[in-house]
Amino acid sequence: MSDRIFGVFGFLLAVFYIWQATQIELSFISDPFGPKAFPFMIGTVLAISSAIIVLKPDTEPEWPTFARLFEIGMATAVMIAYALFLKDYGFVACTAVAASYLSWRLGSNPVSAIIAGVLIAVGIYVIFHLVLGLSLARGPWGF
Amino acid sequence: MDTLASLADGFAVALTWQNLMLALIGCFLGTIIGALPGLGPSNGVAILIPLAFTLGLPATPALILLTSVYYGAMYGGRISSILLNIPGDEPALMTTLDGHPMAKAGKAGEALAISGLASFIGAFFATWGLVFLAPQLVKVALLFGPAEYFALFVLAFATLGGIASRNQAKAALAAVIGLGIATIGVDGQTGVPRFSFGEVHLYDGIDFLVAIVGLFALSEVFIFLEHRAGSGADDKAVKVGRIVPPWKMVRETLPAMGRSTIFGFIAGVLPGAGASLGSFISYTFEKRISDRKGTFGKGDPRGVAAPEAGNNSAAGGALVPMLALGVPGSGTTAVLLAMLLALNITPGPLLFQQNPDVVWGLIAALFIGNIMLLAMNLPLVSLFVRVLLIPTRYLMPAVAMISFVGIYGISGSTFDLVVMVIFGVMGWVLRKLDVPLVPIILGVLLGDQMEKNLRRAMTIHDGDWTMLFNSWLAIGLWAFAIVGFVLPLIVGRYFRPKIADEAIAEGSDPD
Repeated sequence: MSDRIFGVFGFLLAVFYIWQATQIELSFISDPFGPKAFPFMIGTVLAISSAIIVLKPDTEPEWPTFARLFEIGMATAVMIAYALFLKDYGFVACTAVAASYLSWRLGSNPVSAIIAGVLIAVGIYVIFHLVLGLSLARGPWGF
Repeated sequence: MDTLASLADGFAVALTWQNLMLALIGCFLGTIIGALPGLGPSNGVAILIPLAFTLGLPATPALILLTSVYYGAMYGGRISSILLNIPGDEPALMTTLDGHPMAKAGKAGEALAISGLASFIGAFFATWGLVFLAPQLVKVALLFGPAEYFALFVLAFATLGGIASRNQAKAALAAVIGLGIATIGVDGQTGVPRFSFGEVHLYDGIDFLVAIVGLFALSEVFIFLEHRAGSGADDKAVKVGRIVPPWKMVRETLPAMGRSTIFGFIAGVLPGAGASLGSFISYTFEKRISDRKGTFGKGDPRGVAAPEAGNNSAAGGALVPMLALGVPGSGTTAVLLAMLLALNITPGPLLFQQNPDVVWGLIAALFIGNIMLLAMNLPLVSLFVRVLLIPTRYLMPAVAMISFVGIYGISGSTFDLVVMVIFGVMGWVLRKLDVPLVPIILGVLLGDQMEKNLRRAMTIHDGDWTMLFNSWLAIGLWAFAIVGFVLPLIVGRYFRPKIADEAIAEGSDPD
C-alpha cells in the first residue's frame, strides 16, 4: 500500500514538474534543444517509473508506531527551529539546546543530555572556531 | 614508463610535511568513522567535505585528507563487524560472517590482524591497478564527444539501477529525482530561471553538498531516533587478545587475499557496483573454492581475509572510472566526486592532462595512507576498539551538529540549513520505502553535465536525434547500458548480494 501511495505521489510530482517545465520562459538566445526538453525527458521517466511502482509494489515496509513518527516530526521541528534561530541567538546557545534535545530523545536522562549538549556545543566551537578559524553564527553575547 | 615517472612526481607532491600530517589525520579520523556504528565511508566523507572546503585548504591537500578518510573508513568498518557483529558500514557486512565467530572463540585479535593485513593487500594492489588502468581509460575517454558522454552518463545510471539495487523502477525514479533537483536554478546556456518559483535562494540551484549531507548524514540520525538504538555497545566489549597472528594463519590466508583482490578490483571498476559487491563476490567465491571442511561461517580466517581484501580492493578500483571518466560507480565515489567538484576540479581525461599534480599526488597519497593505515591498525587497534564504546545517544547529536556547522560554513545561509533538514527527512522516508539514495546523489551531481552534453551534441548536429547514435563508441555504450539495466531483470538476481535483501540494508551505509 505504501508503495502505491508513493507511486501516485511520484506520478503527481511528474505531472507538476512537466507543467512547470512548460512554464519556463524562453529567452532570445537559444539552442536547438532549448531549456525545456531535458526536463520533459526527466518528467516522462519519472511518470513511467512511478506507474510501474503503482502496478508492482514491493512488500510493505515496517512503519514505526505513531509515537515514533511523532518523535521524528518533533526532531525535524527542532532542527528547523535551530536553523531559523541560529542567527538570532548565536551558534553555541542554539547548538547546546538542539544537541541536548536530540541526546535526550535518543535515550539519555535529562541531566546527562544537557551536559552532553553543552559539551558538544562548546567542543565544536573550540575546535572549529577557535582552533580552525571557521566562521560560525555570532549571537547577542558574542559567541 | 610515463606512468611511473608521473607517479614519482606524485610522490614529490605528496611527501611534504603538511601533506603527510593531513594523511595521518585523515587515516586516523577515517578509521574511527568506519568503526563507529552508523557512520561509514560515504556519510563520514560527506560530513567532512564542507569542513575541508571551508578551511580553505588547496585542492591537493584537501583531496589527500579526504581520500585518507575514505581508505581509513574502509579499514575501520571491520572493527565493529568482528567485535560486535554490527557492520560499521555495508561493505563490512560479509566480514561479520566469519569475523564474529572468531571473536567469540577468543581469537578477536587474530581476526583483526588478519583483516587488517587483508585490507592492506587489497588496497595496495588495487592502487597499482589504478595507476596502470586509469591512464589507459583516459586514452579511450579522449575519443569521447558530447554524444558519447551523454551515453556514458545514461550507462552509469542504468548499471547502478540494474546491478546494485533491488527494484529497477525505484532506482530509475531515484535517478530522475536527482536529475530533476539538478535542473533547479538558472539554466546555464540560455540564462532563464527554471523551477525556482520566484525564490531568489533557488536561482543558484541546490548545492549538492546540502543534498548529500542531508540524505546521507541527517537521515541516519532519524533512523536512530526511530529505533532509539539506546546505549549501543555497553557491556559487549570483547577481549581483543593477541594481535599478532601466527605465521601459519597468514600463509593460509594469503591465496584467499590474492584472489579476492582481483575480484574486488574488477567489481570496483565496473560502474554501478561498489565495495559491497566486491566483498560479497570475494566471500562467496572463496567459500566455493576453499571451503572443503564446512568451516566457513564458523570462524574461518579465510572468511575474514576474503571480504576485507575484496572490499578494500573494490574501493581502489572504484576510483578508476571516477578519476578517468568523471563517472562514479558507487555511493562513496559519488561523494568523492562531490568533493572534487566542490574544489572546482572536474575529473575526467582533461584532469590527467591539465592537473597531473593533483591526480598523481592523490594516488601517491593513497600508497602512503595505506602504509600508515597498516602501521596504525595493527598496534593501535585496541584504541579504536574503545571508540566503539561511545553510546549513540551522545554520538548522533554530535554528528547532526557537525553536519549543520559544515553546511553553514560554506554559505552562511540558514536557508540551506532548512533545505538540508528537508533532505534529511526525505532520505529517511525514501530509505523506509527502499528507494536507493545513491542514484539521487549521482543525479544531482551529474545532471548539469548530462544536460550540457546532450544539448551540445544537439547543437553540433542541429537538433538531429539520430546523431546520438552516430559512432560505434556511442552505440556500444548504449548497448552496454541497456544490457546492464535489463539483464538483471531477466537472469534473476544472481549478481546481487542476497544478504542485502534483509532488513539490515535499511539502516546501513549506502555503499
